[in-house]
Amino acid sequence: MLELRSSEDIVRARLAARDLVRQAGLGVMDQTRFATAVSELGRNAVRYATQGCCELLDLSDAAHLRLQARVSDSGPGIPDVALAMQDGYSTGGSLGAGLPGTRRLVDLFEISSSPGGTQVTVQIVRRRRP
Amino acid sequence: MRVPILRLNARVLIVVLGADITDDSVMEFQNDLTERVAKVQARGVVIDVSALDVVDSFMARVLNDSARMLRLLGAEVVVCGLQPAVAMTLVEMGSKLVDVSTSFTLERALQLLDKLMAMADQPRGAPDAASHA
Repeated sequence: MLELRSSEDIVRARLAARDLVRQAGLGVMDQTRFATAVSELGRNAVRYATQGCCELLDLSDAAHLRLQARVSDSGPGIPDVALAMQDGYSTGGSLGAGLPGTRRLVDLFEISSSPGGTQVTVQIVRRRRP
Repeated sequence: MRVPILRLNARVLIVVLGADITDDSVMEFQNDLTERVAKVQARGVVIDVSALDVVDSFMARVLNDSARMLRLLGAEVVVCGLQPAVAMTLVEMGSKLVDVSTSFTLERALQLLDKLMAMADQPRGAPDAASHA
């Protein structure tokens, strides 16, 4: 579990994310996708929320490599998740590519948000090579 | 940690971004570079991003914004050394994330910068040879 409070924490989270994918044996392309996704989610937590954390898990089984990041924060939550998932929408003066861009990098993307906090889970899933 | 800004010659500045650069340092870098370009009246800037193994939407925005600001001041900007996996990731995330002049290497960046600076030096609307004929 990695804390997300400062911009240094974002760097630490994306390095750890890259390591997880590398250790699972996936290539530099998937390492970069996953590290970039965690960087985007980590920044949202640091910038918009009071307290956040990132949990990285290897959920691989016999058939599939399944690498997961779950970024949670303790609020204030995203008022309109559907709107935040649209390209070009931003309240933070960015390009608005953060969440929709992140979704395009991963194979599983789940988001839930309430005033008590936001939780985003992403996974990269690859069939194991025989 | 501050990003060092190197002065290649009277016209050109070079910046190399490090892999572990934080958002705070990136913002500081943007301010420092803009001030420095204005101060020395640089005509060209190369930003080497070959050490970056992640360029997310924030970093992409900073690169775009920096290039636009510096161009307003009168300097041309070339970003060099984008890693292949980074380029692919940026395209997957969104088509227009990085919208600046780019090159493979620092050497090519300097060549491209020479061309861009020469083009900028030509007075606009100057009659070309054909219109005199």
